[in-house]
Amino acid sequence: MSTAVQQTPPAAPETKSGPSHSALRGRLEETLLPPIVAILAAMVVGDLLILSFGQSPGSVYRLLLEGTWGNAYGFGQVLYKTTTLTFTGLAVALALRAGLFNIGAEGQLAAGGFMAAVVGLLLPAGVPGLIAVPICLVAAALGGGVVGAVPGALKARFGAHEVIVTIMLNFIVLALLNWIIAAHLHVPETLHTPDIHTGAVSRLGGPFTGSASNWIILLAVATAAAVWFYLFRTRRGYELRAVGLQPDAAEYAGVRVGGVWMRAMAVSGALAGLGGVNFVLGYKHYYEDGFAGGSGFLGIAVALVGRNDPVGVVLAALFFATLSQGGLAINAVVPKQMVEVLQGVVILAVAIAVPEVRRLLRTRARRA
Amino acid sequence: MAVLIFLLQTIRIAIPYLFAASGGVVAERAGVVSLTLEGFMLSGAFCATLGSYYSGSAWVGLLCGAAGGLLMGLLHAVASIRYKADQIVVGIAINLLVVGVTRFFLHLAFDSSSNSPRVPGFGGENAGSGLAALASNPLVWLGLILVPVMGWLIYRTPFGLRVRAVGEHPLAAESVGVPVARVRYLAVTLSGVLASLGGAYLALDQHQFTDQMTAGRGYVALAAVIFGRWDPIRAGIACLFFAAAETLQIQLQGLEAIPSQFVSMIPYALTIIALAGIVGRSVPPAALGRAED
Repeated sequence: MSTAVQQTPPAAPETKSGPSHSALRGRLEETLLPPIVAILAAMVVGDLLILSFGQSPGSVYRLLLEGTWGNAYGFGQVLYKTTTLTFTGLAVALALRAGLFNIGAEGQLAAGGFMAAVVGLLLPAGVPGLIAVPICLVAAALGGGVVGAVPGALKARFGAHEVIVTIMLNFIVLALLNWIIAAHLHVPETLHTPDIHTGAVSRLGGPFTGSASNWIILLAVATAAAVWFYLFRTRRGYELRAVGLQPDAAEYAGVRVGGVWMRAMAVSGALAGLGGVNFVLGYKHYYEDGFAGGSGFLGIAVALVGRNDPVGVVLAALFFATLSQGGLAINAVVPKQMVEVLQGVVILAVAIAVPEVRRLLRTRARRA
Repeated sequence: MAVLIFLLQTIRIAIPYLFAASGGVVAERAGVVSLTLEGFMLSGAFCATLGSYYSGSAWVGLLCGAAGGLLMGLLHAVASIRYKADQIVVGIAINLLVVGVTRFFLHLAFDSSSNSPRVPGFGGENAGSGLAALASNPLVWLGLILVPVMGWLIYRTPFGLRVRAVGEHPLAAESVGVPVARVRYLAVTLSGVLASLGGAYLALDQHQFTDQMTAGRGYVALAAVIFGRWDPIRAGIACLFFAAAETLQIQLQGLEAIPSQFVSMIPYALTIIALAGIVGRSVPPAALGRAED
């Protein structure tokens, strides 16, 4: 179980066209296959669901596109959702590169948002944003990072499987936060904290006015770039990937595998935790119980479709954010729950089809 | 009297856990990860509600619930055995899928986003929650008998031996002629049916389906499987223990002695402790999660 979702190196089928060409083809298959499978599966099942509701697929899809990419407000909402999903997708992807399955992004996201709100409440109102925002960001990363480090440490020290520990930790963290809010920190009649005194990030203006999109999206893109640099241009990133591909070989080469696991889970948790500031600092300016709303789990889908590649993650986040916002756009005609079905179908289809299709391509190439 | 009420309520809460954990034990002992218990339960609850609503009979509902679990179990089996997809990803996908599908069809069938209309359950309309109601529900008896039956199935039958063999060392099992894939198919499908009965119990007991009514019970059952060290009897005892803790919390609610959130953490915290080996190490079946063997 420790090799959950293997990062198989690009399949390089032996063709007559030479090694560099076939390696390129392998890379292309690797990156293009998941999104193609995802979109095809979503369309087939989507058609069936729309027809079962007695509507015409064409007009529903048009409605979906108009409500997301067709107007500035809708696109602003898509950008807002993309931001959170980029963080949780990066979190899952980074852990997977180390061979670890972080299913705890949901709890880490909530913990990060909570810490940002607590710091925003503790700092006096006079502290300028230039100082307060970075402090809140650090708090969010720490909150998520600590929650992520626990399963990493338990795995390194006791061999406890990170999948089960992160699942169980989600429930514990969410219950704990729910108790803190409900018993101590809520504004009466609500399940959210008071507004933070400082640290708010402004929304995107211009055509996006009115939507939830805010400047944290720049942080998301910068974080994706930083994760890429960390994974592919630093020694620690190299060690992390080596452990993910073959822990025994990495250990033999002198890498402390347990230490890498702990670091990977802590960084992964910190990435998910940072996602919390999109809601807390950028949108509502308070922490609300349940704000994560499944974005942590969807991060798994984002990482899967994005093939654990930072650029792929950003694009996959955009895809899932479009789907999620699109649900609201079509709700008058077909229940928005349709997109929840499609999200499940997409994950299942990619999980099934990608290894299968790659195997088929490989055997075909061998026969040729 | 207070003791009797406590016992009855504990059993009532434990039944869905017992069904789901029994399913989890079979699948995991065969080497297939059971994150899907939650989805199996929810699909069982929804299909049972549909069946009971359209037929007017709780028994038909029960059958439909089992059929729903069978279907989801097959989906899990085909994806993770035939196509060797990652079992954890498949588990998460199926759980998300079932939430979406039940919500979508709740709209389609009952034009509601929260709950179904009232459907017939076992033991009449106003059976209440006393001893008589509990005793007249066949699922209660089935759930209680299931624990020793699973113990017998896993340890005393050829099928159980094969399940344990393919979960520990599939290559060795294959070399002596055990059809590894077929045993795993059977185990996962059986797990789908069993867990869905737990969901059907919930829906028929409450006489309706409500959105996401399983509320994480599948994960509690998975916790019981791990805390019970993949043993059907110990897992059953873990289910009863988790249910007793919940009952205690419900009965102490008036006193506000312990916040309910902390009681809800008990199964999860104990599972982490058990996995870390602080009190008696939980060691999973050796081939758990490995489809490529």
